[in-house]
Amino acid sequence: MKPEQLRAALAGVPGEEWLTDALTRVAAESATIQRFFPAAGRRCGRAGLPGLSDWTADEAARALLLAALPAEEAATQVDSLYWHGDAAEKRAVLKALPLLPIGAAAVPLLHDAIRTNDTRLVSAALGPYARHLEPAMWRQAVLKCVFMEVPLSVVDGLTERADAELAAMLADLVAERRAAGRDIAADALDLLDKLTKEA
Amino acid sequence: MRIFDPHIHMTSRTTDDYEAMAAAGIRAVVEPSLWLGQPRTNPGSFADYFDSLVGWEPYRASQFGIRHHATIALNPKEANDPRCRPVLDLLPRYLNKDGVVAVGEIGYDSMTPEEDEAFSAQLALAVEYELPVVVHTPHRDKARGTKRTLDVVAESGIDPGMVTVDHLNEITVGLVRDSGCWMGFSIYPDTKMSPPRMVEILKEHGLERMLVNSAADWGRSDPLLTRKTADAMLAAGFSADDVDLVMWRNPVEFYAQSGRLDVSEIGEVEPTFEGSSIKRGGG
Repeated sequence: MKPEQLRAALAGVPGEEWLTDALTRVAAESATIQRFFPAAGRRCGRAGLPGLSDWTADEAARALLLAALPAEEAATQVDSLYWHGDAAEKRAVLKALPLLPIGAAAVPLLHDAIRTNDTRLVSAALGPYARHLEPAMWRQAVLKCVFMEVPLSVVDGLTERADAELAAMLADLVAERRAAGRDIAADALDLLDKLTKEA
Repeated sequence: MRIFDPHIHMTSRTTDDYEAMAAAGIRAVVEPSLWLGQPRTNPGSFADYFDSLVGWEPYRASQFGIRHHATIALNPKEANDPRCRPVLDLLPRYLNKDGVVAVGEIGYDSMTPEEDEAFSAQLALAVEYELPVVVHTPHRDKARGTKRTLDVVAESGIDPGMVTVDHLNEITVGLVRDSGCWMGFSIYPDTKMSPPRMVEILKEHGLERMLVNSAADWGRSDPLLTRKTADAMLAAGFSADDVDLVMWRNPVEFYAQSGRLDVSEIGEVEPTFEGSSIKRGGG
């Protein structure tokens, strides 16, 4: 995802003028984002974006605000907005991370999101930025998705990154569920099957 | 029947309650921030509580198809504790949030000078952030407390139409009606107000600016008393439209003044995560 794609998808949403002005001001003075960021949902709405099925208008507007921050101040503002955000704001921060010039500085935010029991936050933590996650935490997060019945399609790069250790963890879970006479999601079984065949 | 409970403390309730509320027709709730029974000793404790009111609790409610919004404030009781006063400085951050539809609960508990100061400061914040206000009236010395409350509200210059004065009874309802503020009634199993008494008040004072809530919390209370009051209204001869006005359109009108109320059906917004249970992640 690129900021230009988000910007194009937001064409014609309510609050487009507000957003244009906010982006200019955030670029000039980073602290102003603290006021604009929470207001983005009220200004731009929360509808899904045509052509970008994974993004809502408020998420895209918030991601653009973050991308407009001066590079040297991005990490600090991102941190503050996440820790002081409501659930929708936190999700927008997580989704925007791959667009930002912050390296691996926001990995602690992923850890926090993965600890929650909010499926929207756990899913958003497993996008492209999760490449910075250490393997042990990444496997735990994938397994947590299976527990929470979050479709594994939310995990970016799943098949490339899934390894023998994840396969062992999944196999244990499947055994545990079968012993209890309980079901497990088909996408988890498919993944296990694929990993077993590769091995 | 669709019901909006304009004052309920869901943080203290179980998923069984959410399930029973959804089955009874409750589709939206507002959770005013309040005392938790156990006194808090520092502002960080409040920040975590407020975060939960705009984070985890709306998510929990959404699992049952219920829209959850909050009101944020330093409550009157804890306004008396000097360790909690810095909470006032945290409020602007939360008053910017989408899920916050009013300032509250503010008002009086014991009518101390500290409560006076916090009450006025937070009325000023409501004016600044263009938000409605939910005002608690004291359990003790209620009639005089309500008069003093209305005086402070009038002095603040806020539009009375932006204010709900809550926990009213037969003695205090007239004062508040004449002030132009909205009238809130908390229906309790055996104190504050009962469904039959509520029906009598509606017969005498009409349905305009009337809000009925359960104020269910960690004490002995019942989150279905809004529904039981609606049933009592029907049994007393009120029409289905009267019930809809009091139990849905009135609270929607009051909180919609925030410009932030969202009472659309949950499924329309989050189809991917629609579900009927709180998912556990095994840790």
